[in-house]
Amino acid sequence: MTASENSLAKAAAALREEPGDGLAVAVWATLKRDLVLMLRRRSEVLNPLVFFALVITLFPIGISPDPALLAAIAPGLLWVAALLAALLSLDSLFRADYDDGSLEQLLLTPQPLALLALAKVAVHWLLTGLPLALMAPVLGIMLSLPAGSYVVLAISLALGSASLSLIGAIGAALTVGLSRGGVLLSLLVLPLYIPVLIFGAGAVQAAILGDGVLAHLAILGALLALALSLAPLAIAASLRISING
Amino acid sequence: MSLRLQAQSLACERDDRWLFRDLDLDIRAGEIVRVEGPNGSGKTTLLKILSGQLADYEGELFWSERPMREARESFLANLLYLGHAPGVKAALTPLENLAWYQALSGEKPGEAARFRALEEVGLVGFEDVPAGQLSAGQQRRVALARLTLTPRALWVLDEPFTAIDRDGVAALERRLVEHARSGGCVLVTTHHELTPCAELRRIRLGGGGADDGI
Amino acid sequence: MWAFINKLRSPKWFYAISARLQPWFWAAALILIVTGTIWGLAFAPADYQQGNSFRIIYVHVPAAFLAQSIFVSMAITGLVFMVWKIKIADMAATVMAPLGAAMTFIALFSGAVWGVPTWGTWWMWDARLTSMLILLFLYLGVIALRGAFASRDSASRAASVLAMVGVINIPIIKYSVEWWYTLHQPATFTITGRVGMPMEMWLPLLIMVLGFYSFFIALVLTRTRSEILRRESNKRWVRELVEEAN
Repeated sequence: MTASENSLAKAAAALREEPGDGLAVAVWATLKRDLVLMLRRRSEVLNPLVFFALVITLFPIGISPDPALLAAIAPGLLWVAALLAALLSLDSLFRADYDDGSLEQLLLTPQPLALLALAKVAVHWLLTGLPLALMAPVLGIMLSLPAGSYVVLAISLALGSASLSLIGAIGAALTVGLSRGGVLLSLLVLPLYIPVLIFGAGAVQAAILGDGVLAHLAILGALLALALSLAPLAIAASLRISING
Repeated sequence: MSLRLQAQSLACERDDRWLFRDLDLDIRAGEIVRVEGPNGSGKTTLLKILSGQLADYEGELFWSERPMREARESFLANLLYLGHAPGVKAALTPLENLAWYQALSGEKPGEAARFRALEEVGLVGFEDVPAGQLSAGQQRRVALARLTLTPRALWVLDEPFTAIDRDGVAALERRLVEHARSGGCVLVTTHHELTPCAELRRIRLGGGGADDGI
Repeated sequence: MWAFINKLRSPKWFYAISARLQPWFWAAALILIVTGTIWGLAFAPADYQQGNSFRIIYVHVPAAFLAQSIFVSMAITGLVFMVWKIKIADMAATVMAPLGAAMTFIALFSGAVWGVPTWGTWWMWDARLTSMLILLFLYLGVIALRGAFASRDSASRAASVLAMVGVINIPIIKYSVEWWYTLHQPATFTITGRVGMPMEMWLPLLIMVLGFYSFFIALVLTRTRSEILRRESNKRWVRELVEEAN
């Protein structure tokens, strides 16, 4: 053995008492990795947006093209369609890592799993929820959404979709080890989405009526704060259960 | 603190069948412990229990003479686990894959270290090829590069020789022996026959119990 | 207290003690429910607004209370299982879920039955019924998740996590749905909206509520006992029990 190989082997055999500091490094690296991974599969980023547009298209066809009618139901339609589009992309949040063995490595780092999972959810929001929120006003035009509510539409979706990503990630973590997890994921997560839907669509309605927007947005913010503090723990616990499987 | 992983009366039941019962293990520094047994005898399950991924078992685990519950942080800080699946993302290059593992384990980020690790496993020239375009054996080598990249005392390796060619197998065997001789410790399952050496110990699963043979 | 918790770890002990407890709860349930039903349906005074159709509250309200309480119990037993690894807690949670779903369905159905003479329709999106419907979906989710796992330990832990996540959401959902309802619908009288119900009306209601709770405890005891026998079927004490019975 050469001297350098010798020292390398000795370093490997040396025992460490506590894991090194490096939480920020680990979280940032996970965030970057997931961003790169998603951006390299550009179609995956675009699919939810196309789905959003498609679903919105279905309603005038299925109900009626009458602008007055569409305007009346536009806030709810936009919110429900965006919600479903976000839900669609959640199934793959942890699945790729589960399949190729990266997830078990995530569970074995000394770093807190909750924060690493939070990094992954943040990427999901950045590349799914936020684009949906930015695209919604365009679709609002197609549904004759009354003026004065477009900005609130985008803001409510941006705030709300962050909560949706967090809550949905719990479901994704619980079902990642199951073979037909996708439909079960929707069944688990949709009831939990209802409060966000109520206040999100309500904010847009309030903007149309001219009153109460801030109250709705404040509650959306409160829901997000609650989700941010509790969901990562639930996600980490659920990932450990799924790996157990 | 000592490099010592112990199990007492370990038992695991799957699908109404006991994989193993009353299994006692004592794994110390300087050993290469090979877990062997027919397919389905619970080798991977045992490794997952020992590395803390499975919670559905009976019995007690000890690290460094402390109960695993207390010593878990210290255990994880000294563990390098390579599972059945290599843990290599197909859309990332070997360098990018290793960068993530570097960051996760708290190692100082540095391209030089990653290059050196890839050199060790013979992947020079493939550093920037997306791992999905590499062969199965090459992907496994990217995983094996972690052995050099993030030095750890306890190696738990599940079928590490899968898809590796003959030269690679010989090189990996040398690495394992080196590691044990320098005071590290290796726990490995493999179908491949390891060259006998002083550090090698065998544990056989299957048949409802376990024999601790030498 | 800790001795009690340790005793709980033994399914055999629980099986023995529940054998002695369950007749009492069944008796109480029978007496209370029969008394409450007869009193409420035959003897309590008719409501001045709704006439006799309000009597459905003697079924609807206890069922609704129970539907929510059972979910909370499920979350608590889930927590106990995750923290202290007491298997009985998980067995109880397993039997509670379908029971809670059934109660929720009864609450919804009785609410719909009440709706026909009152609103002229089988369904109305008012705050109570909407919250009950969402609760039903939460129950179905827990049941589906538990059934989807191959390993029982994983199934139990996953169902416990979901129950705990759900129970935190229930007050949020209730509050949101009430907010939503008051924004969209004019105030209509709800099934129990009144203040100051006379004693002749709420006493039978109380009896029915107590009866339903007794029924719940009795049924959980009985079904948990079956669950114990099922899960511990390879243990000696179970086999001896079965042999004695034959």
